[in-house]
Amino acid sequence: MIETIRDRVQGANRISPPLLALMLAIALFFLGELVADGFVNFNQATNIVRLAAFLGIIAAGQTLVIISGGEGIDLSVGAIVTLGAILTFRLTEGRAELIVPVLALVLLVGLLIGLVNGIGIVFLRIPPLVMTLAMAGVVQGLILLVTRGQLEGETPEIMSQLISRPLIFDLPGVVFLWPLLGVGMWLLLERTPYGKMLFAVGINRMTAKLSGINVPLVVMLTYGLSGLLAALGGFVLLGFTEQVFLNLGDRYLFPSIAAVVIGGTLLSGGKGSYWGTMSGALVLQLINSLLQAAGLPQAAQLIILGTVLLVLISLYGRQQAFRQ
Amino acid sequence: MNQAAIRRFVTRTSYLFPLALLIVVIMINYSRQDNLLEPSVLNRNIRVFLPLMILAAGQAIVIIGGGIDLSVGAMVSMCNAVLVTWITPESGGGEIMLAILLTCLIGMAAGAVNGIAVAYLRLQPIVTTYATSFIFAGIALYVLPRPGGQLPRDMTTLYRRLIEIPVFADIPIVRDIPILNEIPPAFVVILGIILLWAFVRQTRFVQYIYAAGDNPEAAYTTGIPVQLIRFGTYVVAGLFAALAALALTMSLGSGSPTSGDAMTLDSIVAVVLGGTRLRGGQGGIIGAMIGVVILGIIRNIISFYDVPTWSQTLVDALIILIALAAPGLIRFFTRIIREYRISRGHIT
Repeated sequence: MIETIRDRVQGANRISPPLLALMLAIALFFLGELVADGFVNFNQATNIVRLAAFLGIIAAGQTLVIISGGEGIDLSVGAIVTLGAILTFRLTEGRAELIVPVLALVLLVGLLIGLVNGIGIVFLRIPPLVMTLAMAGVVQGLILLVTRGQLEGETPEIMSQLISRPLIFDLPGVVFLWPLLGVGMWLLLERTPYGKMLFAVGINRMTAKLSGINVPLVVMLTYGLSGLLAALGGFVLLGFTEQVFLNLGDRYLFPSIAAVVIGGTLLSGGKGSYWGTMSGALVLQLINSLLQAAGLPQAAQLIILGTVLLVLISLYGRQQAFRQ
Repeated sequence: MNQAAIRRFVTRTSYLFPLALLIVVIMINYSRQDNLLEPSVLNRNIRVFLPLMILAAGQAIVIIGGGIDLSVGAMVSMCNAVLVTWITPESGGGEIMLAILLTCLIGMAAGAVNGIAVAYLRLQPIVTTYATSFIFAGIALYVLPRPGGQLPRDMTTLYRRLIEIPVFADIPIVRDIPILNEIPPAFVVILGIILLWAFVRQTRFVQYIYAAGDNPEAAYTTGIPVQLIRFGTYVVAGLFAALAALALTMSLGSGSPTSGDAMTLDSIVAVVLGGTRLRGGQGGIIGAMIGVVILGIIRNIISFYDVPTWSQTLVDALIILIALAAPGLIRFFTRIIREYRISRGHIT
């Protein structure tokens, strides 16, 4: 009781993590001018938002999984992103009329992979970390088996036009798509029974179960949604890269977790928001762009990135002390 | 033995399932490679598995203490880079010993960075060690910008001999005992580690690790210095990463700034395959080492069964997934059978 009151008092004084991350992103952007002349301009801003959008979309499912608690984490998103992009690339072969059915198929495949993750975690009680890690291996193996390393196909022209080339007011489509997903995620988390159940499950599975929530179903659905959103991320990413590689999605895997944490979502579950993840993705992308603009050697870039991440995590990723 | 006693035995002996799994994969491997159990082949296998075995042992200690370390692979890369930079083919014995000692200190310092961040700053282990892995990878790249370096020939032969040398063949009396004098040294290495662990297991530090991992609040209340213990587990993992890097460097004979990166996730899979749960407070390093051998033998099997190149990754991942799922599957079906028998009135 005393603890909750103190939490509330402290919470009133503290800036909310998503807002803090957003302010940090804006500050970082203007800091860019010091690092490289001419960093601050409209094109650069658009470019950063565009690149952050891909990470943000991929991290959407990760946000849900982490909110669901129980050491929830999804290490299969990288492989599913690759799969989504490769499926779209191969099956459409550049034909615009096939985009919608292929997108439906891609989302379904992602959902199914995620549901298998959920089944392993809920019914076989495999820890999420290793279950999704093994699943990443299975998906990667499937990609290799089916493609045999031959990545033939084509990106439909319309996809890259709609997603990454200037669409309205010189802004690419993904810059509109991302906030739209943000609104969708907000509705899902705050305005649907699923969202309420997800937070309840994340806070305490036992109490959630006792209040009549079907915990296994919610958890399974969450991993399913994560797979679906990762596959969507792969589809959207293809509109930007227009090419596929066997490890296309890998470099988004851990950044997707970092974006969620920087956005103030607790890794222990039960607390978080997609706005936070969006700000986190922006911050991460800005750090990357800044490091590249500064023209530092690769080794120095890695060391600075690690240090900055450490500082960011320590801002509000701290766990409770024992003396309480 | 009554049922409760059996259950208690099974839960306490976390190596039981991994051991059974190990026997199964060894039998499958043996069916295709009938010289598998010959000393020279056993020794060759252990030589390849040893770096990951050491690394997984360190990972197990962190996990038992309630944490996780995603930076161990980058630490191996860093220590590998440092070793091949300091040791040249012309290095003398003293110089080499100094380099090894300093590398161990670097590994422990890297572990201490993780330990301070996780135990004293109370940061989340997963993201924290992910962040520090960038720092270590950056240092590795700074020290050794591109693959290269070479160890003295003596060191690489020493590594081979350390494991292959017939330990008992030169000792009087023992060399005349028929079975003992043929025991492959690989077993001696493993036996040594098991004995060492059995000894260390009883010490207060290790007992505290289990307590801190099982229930940190309760451990804290009973006066266990939980933060210090957590910090200690990361330092130990750093030291083990340095030793794993030493074994890796000696077996490769050269260095690469990314040599250990892929070992991080393997080390975690090995720990879980070895019967240690990720929540902490249970398990052990022997299980983790069994897990590494299982992983290695699965890869042996894939190569001996002529699995087509393009399906190797899938087969590997599926076998690992089945192995991870097996304990849960067994539990799931025993529960269903039990419920069925209860519903039929066989058990009340």
